[in-house]
Amino acid sequence: MKAVIEIEHLNKTFGDNHVLRDFSFTLLEGENVVVLGKSGSGKSVLIKCIIGLIRPDSGKLLVFGKDVPTLSHKELDHVRSRVGFLFQSNALYDSMTVRENLEFPLRRHRSELNKEQINALVMEALGNVGLEHTIDMEPSELSGGMKKRIALARTLILKPDIILYDEPTTGLDPITGKEISHLIRELALKYHTSSFIISHDLNCVNIVADKIIMLIDGTCYASGTMEQLNQSTDSKIKTFFE
Amino acid sequence: MAFEAIKKVLAEAGDIARFTARFFSEAFRPRFEFTEFLRQCFFIGYKSLPLVAITAFIMGLVITIQSRPTLVEFGAESWLPKMVSVSLVREIAPVITALICAGKIGSGIGAELGSMKVTEQIDSMEVSGTNPFKYLIATRVLASTFMIPILAVIADAVSLYGGFLGANIHGAVSWTLFWNQVFETLQYGDIVPSILKTYFFGFAIGIIGCYKGYNSNKGTEGVGRSANSAVVISSLLVFVIDLLAVQISDLLNLT
Ligand SMILES: Nc1ncnc2c1ncn2[C@@H]1O[C@H](COP(=O)(O)OP(=O)(O)OP(=O)(O)O)[C@@H](O)[C@H]1O
Ligand SMILES: [Mg+2]
Repeated sequence: MKAVIEIEHLNKTFGDNHVLRDFSFTLLEGENVVVLGKSGSGKSVLIKCIIGLIRPDSGKLLVFGKDVPTLSHKELDHVRSRVGFLFQSNALYDSMTVRENLEFPLRRHRSELNKEQINALVMEALGNVGLEHTIDMEPSELSGGMKKRIALARTLILKPDIILYDEPTTGLDPITGKEISHLIRELALKYHTSSFIISHDLNCVNIVADKIIMLIDGTCYASGTMEQLNQSTDSKIKTFFE
Repeated sequence: MAFEAIKKVLAEAGDIARFTARFFSEAFRPRFEFTEFLRQCFFIGYKSLPLVAITAFIMGLVITIQSRPTLVEFGAESWLPKMVSVSLVREIAPVITALICAGKIGSGIGAELGSMKVTEQIDSMEVSGTNPFKYLIATRVLASTFMIPILAVIADAVSLYGGFLGANIHGAVSWTLFWNQVFETLQYGDIVPSILKTYFFGFAIGIIGCYKGYNSNKGTEGVGRSANSAVVISSLLVFVIDLLAVQISDLLNLT
């Protein structure tokens, strides 16, 4: 299978804070990989490097074979149109309605679409998350779980080949968290996307992960399936599964 | 201690200058976000209009009432429209407009961009193929640069109307006489520099609000602090620019 994200020897420091050290990892096409790590271990930094929001200090970072840190604005925009990003805080635009939120990436990345096509895509995306009735609401009128679903719909609207999820279930109750996890799994199958998911919710890991990698001390400390890691005797790994 | 404080102020001034330079290098290159610019013009202009108008009206009225006794003492009551119109148009209306906008627009932009930053909306725009500097900053700075002069001109007119009413509380000045005197008194040298400086007021208010919001620290506390310091710094800048503008128009003999 083809690799869609290849990371080799990635380093990132903020002042004295060495967040990522020599991090290496490969995401294959169609794979759902979960990154486990403590709060503050640099998970959000890692995922933001992949989409080009944070510039790594050194290392190789290929997305679809293109070295992200060296790309021009235009090339980067092209890569970004194929990579979805679900932000930890949803990042729905407060000043826009749900419809305008969903239209925003379409108008930016797919300016060739006409009004009807945009409308059809918006309705399809809302249908995927079962929230058609919220189309004219503002983000402030939605519950936490609904916001997450709308953010997911906005991420999916461009039919990306890879989706990066930054803690999709954090801050939700366990039941809603499970629903979101199932939704992620379903949509990944439906649109044949690869997913790179940051989480420390074991329920979510159980549902979506084909493979798990452990981000400890800024490196890829261990990787494997849930069962493999569960049987590990390493104390640092064990703490995550107790 | 004092040395540290000075160093901090200078570092901040440097950052603001760099931010301003970035504005000039990015704002005038395509693509220009025209719809968002118009939306901001509407918010900045229309939403501040009632506040600016009411304040200008009251200032015009009050200044006229307060000036009257002194002029009466010198038997120069008929000079009231002349005196009042010069001080209103040259100084009071533009500065009051700018201060109100520094409070309303500066804090609004600071808080809005600050919370967008904290909730990752700015990052999200960037990921959606939008340059947030063009979409959010350039449009807001340009809108406040163009709308504040318009507000100031409206404030000029409204405050003069307030002056007319003020002059009629005790004495009696007819509508035509008042306006004849006003337009006789006001020269280009009074009007043009006073409008020109409001462009700089508008630019300063926009750029400081955006700078503070865009560089907001993490957390909700950071948002409040950006809004607050946006108001403080831009109000201070309004006075500094006013001082410079008066000196420059003095040197150029525009007075
Ligand atoms: N822009 C930045 N400037 C300076 N330091 C930063 C910046 N972004 C992140 N850091 C630091 O990098 C470290 C990792 O942060 P990160 O947000 O990636 O954590 P995380 O693993 O996502 O945690 P959480 O699970 O709480 O979201 C933290 O120590 C943080 O202080
Ligand atoms: Mg995080």
